[in-house]
Amino acid sequence: MDLFRFFEWLGNTSWSIALHESRYVFLLVLMIHVLTLSVFVGTAAMIDLRLLGKTMTRVPVSQVVTRLLPWSEAGFLVMVVTGTLLFYAAPVARYENVFFRLKMAALLIAVMNVWVFRRTIYRRVGEWDLDPVPPRRVQMVGALSLLLLAIIITAGRMMAYQDYWFG
Amino acid sequence: MQYSAPLVAMRQSPWLFPVIATIHLMGLSLIGGAVLVVDLRLLGLGLRSQPVAGLAHDAERWLFRGLVVAVSTGILLFMCFATKYYYLTFFWVKMAALILVIVFTASVHRRVALANEGDVSPMRCKLVALVSLSLWTIVAVGGRYIGFP
Repeated sequence: MDLFRFFEWLGNTSWSIALHESRYVFLLVLMIHVLTLSVFVGTAAMIDLRLLGKTMTRVPVSQVVTRLLPWSEAGFLVMVVTGTLLFYAAPVARYENVFFRLKMAALLIAVMNVWVFRRTIYRRVGEWDLDPVPPRRVQMVGALSLLLLAIIITAGRMMAYQDYWFG
Repeated sequence: MQYSAPLVAMRQSPWLFPVIATIHLMGLSLIGGAVLVVDLRLLGLGLRSQPVAGLAHDAERWLFRGLVVAVSTGILLFMCFATKYYYLTFFWVKMAALILVIVFTASVHRRVALANEGDVSPMRCKLVALVSLSLWTIVAVGGRYIGFP
């Protein structure tokens, strides 16, 4: 299947054109997408900082994860929904945007990082749950997550400048 | 001020403004996380089996760091287009809300969050959290509107 052709077709559907041309709806979706950063990345960063032993060191790691992760996931859901709409508004332009591709790659690795963490090291959380500073392997997960979130924010912000720099 | 040499250079550089804007967003995320940990707890959500005071004490440091990042990059962003922003209503709305929320956080919010368990009624805790979250939302939305075409 030719992705480019598919996105070309998608961009010509009436809803996509409507979204693209509706100044206010588009900007509203963009605003929700950007501001939900504070919920999604904000709570994720607090969990990562706990994994690094940099905050809430007297709170068990499992408690930080169980109580804050749902908020991060809720933020992530809003991000994905609004992000999909922003993509849908201009599929070909997004697909051809180098920063968009970088962002999607970083996002994929970030999700995998959490997925692997929950299925491996986190299974034995009982062994280091109360450690103010968790074991090195756990810290690596937190550090990698923060790095990937920073890349996602950066690439996302830079998407607007592709034409300006490489056009 | 915006015609001074370093700022003219900053405006002309195609990379600098977006890079600073990106760091500004990272500051926003950090503030969001630190604020949510405490305010969700005050609302009886999030880490609700932990004492508020402990969380507030821990989050305070990261809130301060996030603010330092966001305010310093914010000043740079403002200086790039000082005269444009000066005439934007949303810029002043954001500044007013920002000053209000900082004063509120350092006074009422801090006193409630660091109080002994049970000294403050749950209703008051919730009210304080809602005021804090509303003011931060105004700051963020105002900031987003400043950048709109």
